[in-house]
Amino acid sequence: MAGLASTNERHTIGVVVDNEAGVLARVIGLFSGRGYNIDSLTVAEVDPANALSRITVVTTGTPQIIEQIKAQLERLVVVHRVNDLTTGGPHVERELALVKVVASGNRRVESLRIADIFRARVVDSTTKSFVFEVTGTSEKLNAFISLMEPLGLVELSRTGIVAIARGTTGL
Amino acid sequence: MRGRATGGMEASVELTGAEIIVKALLDQGADVVFGYPGGAVLPIYDAIFKQNQLRHILVRHEQGAAHAAEGYARSTGKVGVILVTSGPGATNTVTGLTDALMDSIPIVCLTGQVPTHLIGNDAFQEADTVGITRPCTKHNYLVRDVKDLARVLHEAFYVARSGRPGPVVVDIPKDVALAKGPYIGPADVKHRSYRPQVKGDAAKIKAAVAMFAAAKRPLIYAGGGVINSGPKAAKLLTDFARVTGVPITNTLMGLGAYPGTDPQFIGMLGMHGTYEANLAMAECDVMLNVGARFDDRVTGRLDSFAKKSRKIHIDIDPSSINKTVLVDLGIVGDAATVLEDLIKVWKAGRHRLDQKALKAWWKQIAQWRARDCLRYRMDDKVIKPQYALQRLYEMTKAREPFITTEVGQHQMWAAQFFKFNKPNRWMTSGGLGTMGYGLPAAIGVQIAHPDALVIDVAGEASVLMNIQEMSTIAQYRLPVKVFILNNEYMGMVRQWQEFFHGGRYAESYMDSLPDFVKLAESFHAVGLRATRPDEVDGLIEEMLRINRPVIADVMVDKTENVFPMIPAGAAHYEMKLGPEDHVAPATEDGMVLV
Ligand SMILES: Cc1ncc(C[n+]2csc(CCOP(=O)(O)OP(=O)(O)O)c2C)c(N)n1
Ligand SMILES: [Mg+2]
Repeated sequence: MAGLASTNERHTIGVVVDNEAGVLARVIGLFSGRGYNIDSLTVAEVDPANALSRITVVTTGTPQIIEQIKAQLERLVVVHRVNDLTTGGPHVERELALVKVVASGNRRVESLRIADIFRARVVDSTTKSFVFEVTGTSEKLNAFISLMEPLGLVELSRTGIVAIARGTTGL
Repeated sequence: MRGRATGGMEASVELTGAEIIVKALLDQGADVVFGYPGGAVLPIYDAIFKQNQLRHILVRHEQGAAHAAEGYARSTGKVGVILVTSGPGATNTVTGLTDALMDSIPIVCLTGQVPTHLIGNDAFQEADTVGITRPCTKHNYLVRDVKDLARVLHEAFYVARSGRPGPVVVDIPKDVALAKGPYIGPADVKHRSYRPQVKGDAAKIKAAVAMFAAAKRPLIYAGGGVINSGPKAAKLLTDFARVTGVPITNTLMGLGAYPGTDPQFIGMLGMHGTYEANLAMAECDVMLNVGARFDDRVTGRLDSFAKKSRKIHIDIDPSSINKTVLVDLGIVGDAATVLEDLIKVWKAGRHRLDQKALKAWWKQIAQWRARDCLRYRMDDKVIKPQYALQRLYEMTKAREPFITTEVGQHQMWAAQFFKFNKPNRWMTSGGLGTMGYGLPAAIGVQIAHPDALVIDVAGEASVLMNIQEMSTIAQYRLPVKVFILNNEYMGMVRQWQEFFHGGRYAESYMDSLPDFVKLAESFHAVGLRATRPDEVDGLIEEMLRINRPVIADVMVDKTENVFPMIPAGAAHYEMKLGPEDHVAPATEDGMVLV
């Protein structure tokens, strides 16, 4: 935006929405239609009794853009709450990855050793492969993945970030 | 079910989906629906046929239905209703829905859909209507179960008219229209989450009053939000301007929000706004924006927009605040509600502006006004479009006409030369700039106001985009007047080509135009033509005398340009006042702007 440039910030935003058809399309359409970034997006039902889902979206933009994103989200008829976790105080962010490594000999042993350091669990194994489950911050997952790559990483699946505020209050 | 039926006779009687629709529309206060039938909506048409409270207006193209509903909504403040079939019926409304979204017009559009068991099968006349219309509606629904139908319809009206108004689509599969289900009334439906903020924050209103009271060069900049809020908002805006004695400018969408003939009104602002309004924007020290959205047609170049001012922005839509222009004070709320509070606080505090400063400010404005920026060179052989509109205004103003427009030069001249003293009299496609808007919009206006004078100020190119609606006009005997400023060019395109593309008039000449007089006659209307300035008054007199639809073909100067003009990408003070000023894009960046 001309004349209003300032540095980009990364924000993690929790959005409580109606759990009904087309809601995700609405949110994603808002981001793509207005040219906002989506670094990560997760969604799942969190309150079946009231048919509510929670979307966690990680986005980057100038402070003005971040304000716009929140205002635009709030404007959607299906949105109940928008909560900027980044500005809302301390919060926890977690991501889960499933990492398939095909290796033998030393490399197979090394992959197990690294998994141990990262507290990754083996959730599937064959004589030639492991599937590791690793949870943590995205940085931790990145580190784990980059160590696994030379050892025979063949497939990767990540959940994207889920986040929640610390402390006693609920959204 | 979210809205629970609360017993009584109505809830126990089962109706067909189609009957539920008719009943819900009537309970929502709709008296007219603009539509076009087809296979998927035949049950609904059957239900309409069997009653005589809800009136159906048969348009000739579904885009026409959408604009007619917009015209109806804008001239009455009520929700406009559209009914179309699935597939092509639905896709034909997309331009109208987008138009209504951009200009915040409350519309409920009912679309037929293939039966639920065929959805997703590429069935005949199937289109993913909710998918296609998601980005061009405020909200949309696909009703899969007749049990949800009444609730969804009531919600749709609520969403369309609440907060910042907009279009809502309800997609209804044919089996749902045929199935039987319960009816619940509007009182039994409460939306579960959508509650736009109406009342402004009291502390911010106090701060706004303090900021405004300290102004030396105050300015009110009011937009379509005032009109959408209702006549009370326009009245309060007028009160506040009178109490404070400050100058006020309106956006294209806001014309009529403040009396156009009042001396405190300094004209429309923006790309083709008045010199005094745009310079006042550039020079003011406190700006009070009520229901306007800092559109790029208004701000011009952002980094030099109204730099000397502190800005207060009242808007019902939080996302409008700080979207393009950062303001000092944003107040979320309904225009009328906030203005009412603002006036209370102003009066309670016995505020008074610095009268000496205000006098100096008015003196400055008077100097800008003296430039007489809307002047044009009169000609005694060729009709100047400005002259034709000036005469039209002078000769019709006593009848307080409703004016719709198409899009182009004629639209800007109409905005400049017509003065609206009341809201809801001016219907133009602002945000989307939709050629073909004015004629169907005039239908909606005339249906809502059968005895009023309704004029579509048109360009010869635009009017051809929905000319089929002349047939609708004939069928319902609507005395709509189509006043064409015929320059045989897509004049606005020609103007930009002259200024920015070396005078290479690529495809902007309107070759092979119809004979509009004969065209009128073939549509059972009266055709009139003027080619010389001294014929203009006679033509208008005749047009007004005839109590039937008229197409007036006014042959105007083919090369006239709209002034003043702030070229795209330029700042307000770089405004061009007339042909003697060289108009070129101010910057390379300006060249890419539209
Ligand atoms: C549907 C649509 N297509 C294209 C345009 C681009 N456009 C804007 S003004 C204009 C020319 C309009 O010509 P006319 O109706 O004769 O009006 P004039 O400018 O000559 O008064 C065009 C093509 C538009 N606004 N809408
Ligand atoms: Mg033209």
